[in-house]
Formats: sequence, structure tokens, C-alpha cells
Amino acid sequence: MERFLLKNIDSPDSAGIGEYLRTGGYASLKKAFGMEPADIIAEVKAAGLRGRGGAGFPTGMKWDFASRDPKFPKYLICNADEGEPGTFKDRPILEKNPHLLIEGMVISAYALKSERGYIYLRGEYPHARAVLDKAIAEAYEAGFLGGDVAGSGFRFDLSVHQGAGAYICGEETALIDSIEGRRGQPRIKPPFPVNVGAWGKPTVVNNVETLANIPLIVSMGAGRYSEIGNPECPGPKLFSVSCCVERPGVYELPMGIPLREIIYEHAGGVRGGRELKAVIPGGISTPVLTPDVLDCPMDFVNLPKRGSMLGSGAVMVFDDTVCLVRVCWRAMRFFEHESCGKCTPCREGTGWMRNILERMEGGFGRDGDIELLQDIARSIMGKTFCPLGDGAAGVVLGFLRNFSDEFMYHITNKKCLAESG
Amino acid sequence: MDIMDEIRDLSRKYPDRRGALLPALYVVQKEAGWLSQEALDTVSRALNLPQATVKGVATFYAMYRHRPMGRHLIQLCTNVACMIMGAERLVDLISGRYGLEPGGTTDDGRFSLVIMECIGACDRAPAMLVDTDFHADLTADNIFEILEKYE
Repeated sequence: MERFLLKNIDSPDSAGIGEYLRTGGYASLKKAFGMEPADIIAEVKAAGLRGRGGAGFPTGMKWDFASRDPKFPKYLICNADEGEPGTFKDRPILEKNPHLLIEGMVISAYALKSERGYIYLRGEYPHARAVLDKAIAEAYEAGFLGGDVAGSGFRFDLSVHQGAGAYICGEETALIDSIEGRRGQPRIKPPFPVNVGAWGKPTVVNNVETLANIPLIVSMGAGRYSEIGNPECPGPKLFSVSCCVERPGVYELPMGIPLREIIYEHAGGVRGGRELKAVIPGGISTPVLTPDVLDCPMDFVNLPKRGSMLGSGAVMVFDDTVCLVRVCWRAMRFFEHESCGKCTPCREGTGWMRNILERMEGGFGRDGDIELLQDIARSIMGKTFCPLGDGAAGVVLGFLRNFSDEFMYHITNKKCLAESG
Repeated sequence: MDIMDEIRDLSRKYPDRRGALLPALYVVQKEAGWLSQEALDTVSRALNLPQATVKGVATFYAMYRHRPMGRHLIQLCTNVACMIMGAERLVDLISGRYGLEPGGTTDDGRFSLVIMECIGACDRAPAMLVDTDFHADLTADNIFEILEKYE
């Protein structure tokens, strides 16, 4: 497939505005200024773009809600807090194609009548910080940001707000708290950020990849754009493939491509020709799957039918040498560390699940531990403010649904099935 | 520029002073590598925020440090992809060579080690940051070649 989001990233100067302009950059912005804001929102709706951060909410609908709210000012925030383990898909845009993101943000801001934007960048990406600061300075210099964008009379200011190591801030209401200078703890919804967001004003939070799709929709038009990938949720999609494959990396492919093609054609198959044991399709928070789902189309519609989610499109591949009890334990250590502490079921439950998995992994598992884990997971599911708790519970339930034999083996034999094979 | 001015300058990017709290904490942390009580007080004064507010926020986020750090900060990822690709062995090797445990600092003040929760480089795992330098594709063979460059 032709690359749109990662176009040009192999060029050494791809992050510079000169190279971006030479290859047609900011042409969509000029086209957008010839359109009415409402028409751009209609175009994004017609294109069927769904948010690429994980939830898959229709972007045009989110914009519509925010634009109908009469409060002013409105804020546009780019969620670049890519913290979901296994996920590194936004990194090439941030580090190598930052002007695509800036162009997408300016068009979005024009459509939303927002004058102020922030890029909420995770603290763990210091290189991206330097690249973005430089790109934003270049865009101001060239008149694509500031008081009179490209001579249109439209004003838009943009800056980077750097996070400081909190996964929870990828959740949009916690992210807003963090931008306001608070502890990043999710807020109850409703009201939704589109009505009551940053500093109480209508706020749109969109993922990096979502915003990077906007120039493409404007230049191609909704009709041609929606021909890419699955018509039910179209567009190009970035997949970050990692763990036991020959060629880990970020691949831009049509939405709905079968998992098998991603792993075997693009990522070069399982490393060393070993046997595929398990796949996490969308980042650590999405339930693990068995190899019999390899022909499932990778999109927001089909993965839920197989008991998982597209999430961030982070494909984690495990071969037969990997101990899944250990993977599950490490994932839970992560959730325990990252729970913000606001909701008791998540704060306490993630720690207890980690504790049980740790003793199981260390050869001290007890009869009934599997049922105990399921019981704790179900006591978290649906009982927390934000999806972190559900994610942690879903991970455990997913592993136990599909690989209970391996967990049972660990309890009975006090060692890994993977090492015994 | 005076540090108070630098912090007040940051607050111009936000509709109120409090918005500048996270970036202000980074500014003062850069001075000494960690947030002393004095550093927190500076932020509190510059942004006219209660000390408890500043401390409450500073202690929420993993990348703010609350005790003195070594001259170089190693942030090594051991999350799932890095773990599968051998990060735990690197933790053991670092511990063996420098007597440095996760969360600790070497006696000579050269290194501090912090375990990171997903550095977002799973395709080049294991990976780490040393100060703000990114290093990936780490192995038992190259880890000390890299670390020894940091005096």
C-alpha cells in the first residue's frame, strides 16, 4: 500500500519543513481554508475516521459535539502520551514527520474554531520533544501557526506539554488534569471533555495518528479516503509489531488487514521459524488471542467479535519459548504501578492480582489461585472511573480464558510449560 | 534568565498559572537532578501555588525525583517486550558490575538506575534512556560499552 502517514520518513530530512513543503506538505491546509469549518467536520464524518488512540470513537462526531457547544475558547489537544506497552506507532510521526501532525492540528483547529492547541507528549520521548519544538518554531516562522495562519486571518497557537511518566494520562480526562497542572486522575463522565474539558471549556482530545489522517481526508476527499481498508472503519492504520518476530517495527497498512499478513508478510514471521503461541493484538490492555484467530481482520469491528480489541494496533507476538504466566505477571506489575489510586477496585485489585501471579510464577501457586484471580478481575471490571481497571481485569481474564492450561501447569509443576517443552 | 522568570514565562502558554506546574517542576529538576524542598518552594513562590499542591503533583508523576540522583540517570525498560528480549538479565549485569539496584545510586554517585514502564521502542528492545540519550538493541555485549562512556 502507498504510505500516507509515514510518507518520506526514510529521507534524512523528513522532519524539516523544507522537505515537507517540497513533497506537497501544507497543501491540504490551504485547501481547508477554502472550505467552511462545518464542511470539514462533515467531510471527516463522511470519511468514517475512527480515533486511533484505542477507543475508536468516530472523530467527526466528537468534533461535531465540541463545535455545537457555544462556550469559548475551545481547546484542541493532541494525545501523544503513547504509553500502552507494545505501542510505538506514533513515534515515527512525532520524530520523523512532525509537520504532518502540525498540519492536521491546524486544519482540525480551524474546523473546531479553536485558537489554542497543546501536544501532550509523554516524558519518555525526549528526542520527539526536541523535534516537535523545532517543527513548531519552523511552522511559526513559515506562518502556518500564529496570529494569521497562511494569510487566512485565522489564529492558532500550539505548544508541547510534556508529561512526566504516568500511563493514566493517556486517558483523556486525566490528560486534561495533567495539562491543568494537577495529578492525572480521571474525571467522571459526563460531562464529556467536548463540553467541559480543559479549564472547563470545550476540548477535543485526539490521538497523534488520528490528527495525521486529517490532511489526507482533506486532500483526497471522504469518498476516496473511505475506499482504503475496511469500509466500516476505513483508512490507513499504523501497526507496531514487536516481541518474537523477525522484523519488528511500525507498518502502515490498510485497516482490516488480516493479522496473519501483518505477522507473516510484513514482520517476517515468528523469529527462528518457531511456533506461534499467542498474540496480543492491540497493546497490553487488549485480551490475548490464540493462533486460530490469524485470519481475523485487524479493525475496530472484527476483533471484538473474537474477544479482543484493536486498541492501539500494537501487535505483540509470543512464540513457544515465552512463559505466558510471566508475561501476565509483568503486565500486572505495570498496571499496579500505573493505577492512579482513585478507585479502590483498581488500586487494590491490581496489586493483589500481581501478588498472586508473582507467587504462581515463582513456583508457589496454590490450588484455587486461578479462581481467585478471576474473582478479583470480575470485582474490578466495570467498577472503576476509567478503562485502566477494565484493562487490567481483561488481561487476566483473557489469559485465563485462552491459556488456563499453562497457568494450571505452573501451579501443579512449579515451573514453566515453556521451559519444559 | 533567572529561574523565577523562566517559570513565569512558561505560564504564559496557559490560561492560568497552575498550567505551568509540570513544566516548572522540570525546570527546577534540571538544576540539581532532583526536587529538593527548596526547589519545590521555588515553584510554589513563582506560580503562587500552595506548597501542598506543588508537592502533591510532584509526587504523582514517576519522572520527578525526590532524592539526589547520580550524575547519570539510567532509565531501563523491563516491560513485556523488553523483558522477552532480555532486559532482566541487563538489570542483573548492571547490579553485578556497579552494585546498583533498581531505585538506587552507586556509592561514587556516578549512576542511578530506575526501571521504566515501556519506553515505546519495543521494536528495538531492550532499550533505555541514559539522561536524555536513547539507546536501543541492548545486549550483554554492548551495555557496558555504552554505559562506560558516561563518567
